[in-house]
Amino acid sequence: MKPINFSSFYPDFFVERLENKCIKCKICVKECTYEVHTWDEKKKILKEDHGKCVGCHRCEAMCPTDAIIIKRHPSQFREHHLWNPYFIKNIYKQADKGGVLLSSTGCDLPLKIYFDHLVIDACQVTNPPIDPLREPMELRTYIGSKPEKLEVEKTETGYKLKKALPPLIKLEMPIIFSGMSYGSISLHIHQGLAHAAKELGILYNTGEGGLHSSLYEYKDHIVVQCASGRFGVNVDYLDAGVAIEIKIGQGAKPGIGGHLPGEKVNEEISKTRMIPLGTDALSPAPHHDIYSIEDLKGLIYALKEATDYKKPVFVKVAAVNNIAAIASGIVRAGADAVVIDGVRGGTGAAPTMFRQYVGIPIELAISAVDKRLREEGIRHKTTLIASGGIRCSADVVKAIALGADLVAIGTPLLIAVGCTLCQRCYTGKCPWGIATNNPELIKRLPPEVVYEKVYNLMNGWKSEIKEMLGAMGLNSIESLRSNRDKLRAIGLTKEEMEILEVKHAGE
Amino acid sequence: MWEFIFKDSKDISGCGVSGIINVKGSLIPGDLIIKSITCQEERGNGLGAGFAGYGIYPDFKEFYALHVMAEDKHYLENFERFLFQKVKAIYHEPIPTKKVKTIKNPPIFKRYFVKLELEEQVSPEEEENKLIEMVMYINANLNGVYILSSGKNMGVFKGVGFPEEIAEFFKIDKYQAYIWTAHNRFPTNTPGWWGGAHPFSLLDWSIVHNGEISSYGTNKRYLELFGYKCTLLTDTEVVTYLLDLLIRRHKLPIKLACTALAPPFWIEIERLNEEEKNLIEALRVVYGGALLNGPFAIILAYNGGIVGLTDRVKLRPLVVAKYEDYYYLASEEAAIRTICPNPELIWYPKAGEPVIIEMPMGTIPNQKSYI
Ligand code: SF4
Ligand code: SF4
Repeated sequence: MKPINFSSFYPDFFVERLENKCIKCKICVKECTYEVHTWDEKKKILKEDHGKCVGCHRCEAMCPTDAIIIKRHPSQFREHHLWNPYFIKNIYKQADKGGVLLSSTGCDLPLKIYFDHLVIDACQVTNPPIDPLREPMELRTYIGSKPEKLEVEKTETGYKLKKALPPLIKLEMPIIFSGMSYGSISLHIHQGLAHAAKELGILYNTGEGGLHSSLYEYKDHIVVQCASGRFGVNVDYLDAGVAIEIKIGQGAKPGIGGHLPGEKVNEEISKTRMIPLGTDALSPAPHHDIYSIEDLKGLIYALKEATDYKKPVFVKVAAVNNIAAIASGIVRAGADAVVIDGVRGGTGAAPTMFRQYVGIPIELAISAVDKRLREEGIRHKTTLIASGGIRCSADVVKAIALGADLVAIGTPLLIAVGCTLCQRCYTGKCPWGIATNNPELIKRLPPEVVYEKVYNLMNGWKSEIKEMLGAMGLNSIESLRSNRDKLRAIGLTKEEMEILEVKHAGE
Repeated sequence: MWEFIFKDSKDISGCGVSGIINVKGSLIPGDLIIKSITCQEERGNGLGAGFAGYGIYPDFKEFYALHVMAEDKHYLENFERFLFQKVKAIYHEPIPTKKVKTIKNPPIFKRYFVKLELEEQVSPEEEENKLIEMVMYINANLNGVYILSSGKNMGVFKGVGFPEEIAEFFKIDKYQAYIWTAHNRFPTNTPGWWGGAHPFSLLDWSIVHNGEISSYGTNKRYLELFGYKCTLLTDTEVVTYLLDLLIRRHKLPIKLACTALAPPFWIEIERLNEEEKNLIEALRVVYGGALLNGPFAIILAYNGGIVGLTDRVKLRPLVVAKYEDYYYLASEEAAIRTICPNPELIWYPKAGEPVIIEMPMGTIPNQKSYI
């Protein structure tokens, strides 16, 4: 008996071709990696298989005569508030194939977005706003552990430091790039991002896929990640950047390890990761040498030892229920920076149930952690990096006012290079040439384009952050840090405002 | 009562400031400072003025002088019961005041010259810490009383009114001091509360301040790390605590403490020589939470010196002049010329550049130096 696939009956998208505009150039056939468009040689017509379309809009964008429109499929189920089509279709999929549902990018549920319930202050009359075009406006930020106080001694001409500061990394703006592994996204993206990080004076993160040899030249702007799979980790790798990030977890899938589907493991990737060609790269849920906070301390100091105490060590964790206590433990274990990744944090591949339902929003997490570290008097010992769900420069400003030192971003960078958030990165077929390693596909996005787009985006955000700071009467980013007075809440409960430590608008 | 002061709304004000020091320690009559501050009448709106004088209690110079204001007798008695358990008061008396027609229902004022009752011998610094702790405790917890100042041989006189009214009320012209500072206030949103006027003082530190600090939230949280509670919601309180932390507790020289509050820009720091660059960079990295962002000009005084400082882009005015052993600081040049028509030197300090004037060591009793 022929197998029945219920999931194939009900397409998500509808590919509309305007016959009066279509010139039968067949570009769509070439551009769509999901084989939606086909050319019928006999009948000399173009056909479309709606069921295969993931809604990436590549064909629509590339069609020279604008003859294609990608829409939601109009076919509808009878309304049911509980059993909406999303759940129905997921059940069909699992009934057809078994297994775990996969998704990409971050949680797409309509959970409350706290950033959108916070508004920013500005000066009026009693203190003057500062014009960033006319006055210096400083965004410089340092990552690393800082002493509580300075000791100085007199010299003939003035004063000097008694003891040099521990290793710090200087950034020209309070944003760094999140770890996205080589493998989950193309080499071109890594090359473009590393280049942009260098020009912007910030940091690019290797992710857990190791470091491709073409990237060694960006040494001063690289954070190398050491995740549970330890792919590509050796002493040269640890030495290849200015900081090392131990990845314990990520917001898109707290509690489980990374997953790079075998389809994406080609020769270059297998070399960089030091794994066989075509095999799934699965990182274990825990690091097999970390089963407690003492073990984390052990690893932090092993990495510091291996690199002569010259590089700050970051620890990245997903924002989960007890994040404040967890972060405090991580700081006490010696982390020079803690990256906290909220529930909205993106991924190349995650089990849908994790992406959607595990973890807490970054806004609440960062505020709670900042507060806890202050209460314990250890806030200066670490740098707090907020990530997961930052969409624009105002979100950056809000995250810093909520207690972060800086933010890390991933998804905005991919959108900057064409990602349409079709959320099918795990297939390895990304028609935009982003989440793929197919040698033909990655040509669609050369490193120079990645560099330029990302550079432009970051420059835009930089100007906006300066404008917002100036409007608040500040000329240096450190005066925004933890400055909850610059925020007001709209439509939040007392409890939420208490956690965020903000007052309601009008108060 | 007076609970409204703890309600969560921040004080915003603009102002005028004046200060005089005689570096030989000669006494300056109160008339001069009154003249200088009243010259800047336009800078206030009658909702606050005050004076700080150093060297005004030579007979009690070894005792902490507590200037206390109380809402009524009952609160004062309550306070005294508490105070006398903690300290030995060698002498106390009402602060002499005069009826001023325009001042309605003033609080009552009293001064106490005290020594701490300690079981064991402690270092002078620990003794000061204990005193600060007590003052902060009283101000935060005891109803209806407020300690305006607590330093040796100095005192703060302040209240709601124009400077000439407050001067008349406290009979400032009857005092003589080797350092004077004064303030004329233009608050925009605080109820007229006498404790909210300037100078703000802790131990022998006193501060008059013109400006609004936009980094208040950051500074306040930074101070909380070190156990300071900002209860008054005024910028001046924050400035006072920051200076106490940096200078007295972290032992930074006053110049570096001022640099931490109003640091040079990174582009300026890049131009320094290696040693200086490392120092200032470290100062900004470690004391980022102490950076005062927003417009301000402050005059800070202590037993032994006076300091003027403006914000890093000088959004509020400050002018300094010298004539013989006298140095003058004020918001406006006119406020100096009215009491010193022909100064030898007069200059407008650069943004963020502190003006530090100390008496030579050994000039006055209990002298302090932070250079
Ligand atoms: S290119 Fe994308 S949008 Fe177009 S048909 Fe293929 S999957 Fe659908
Ligand atoms: S990176 Fe590619 S596959 Fe992933 S969401 Fe964006 S467009 Fe889709």
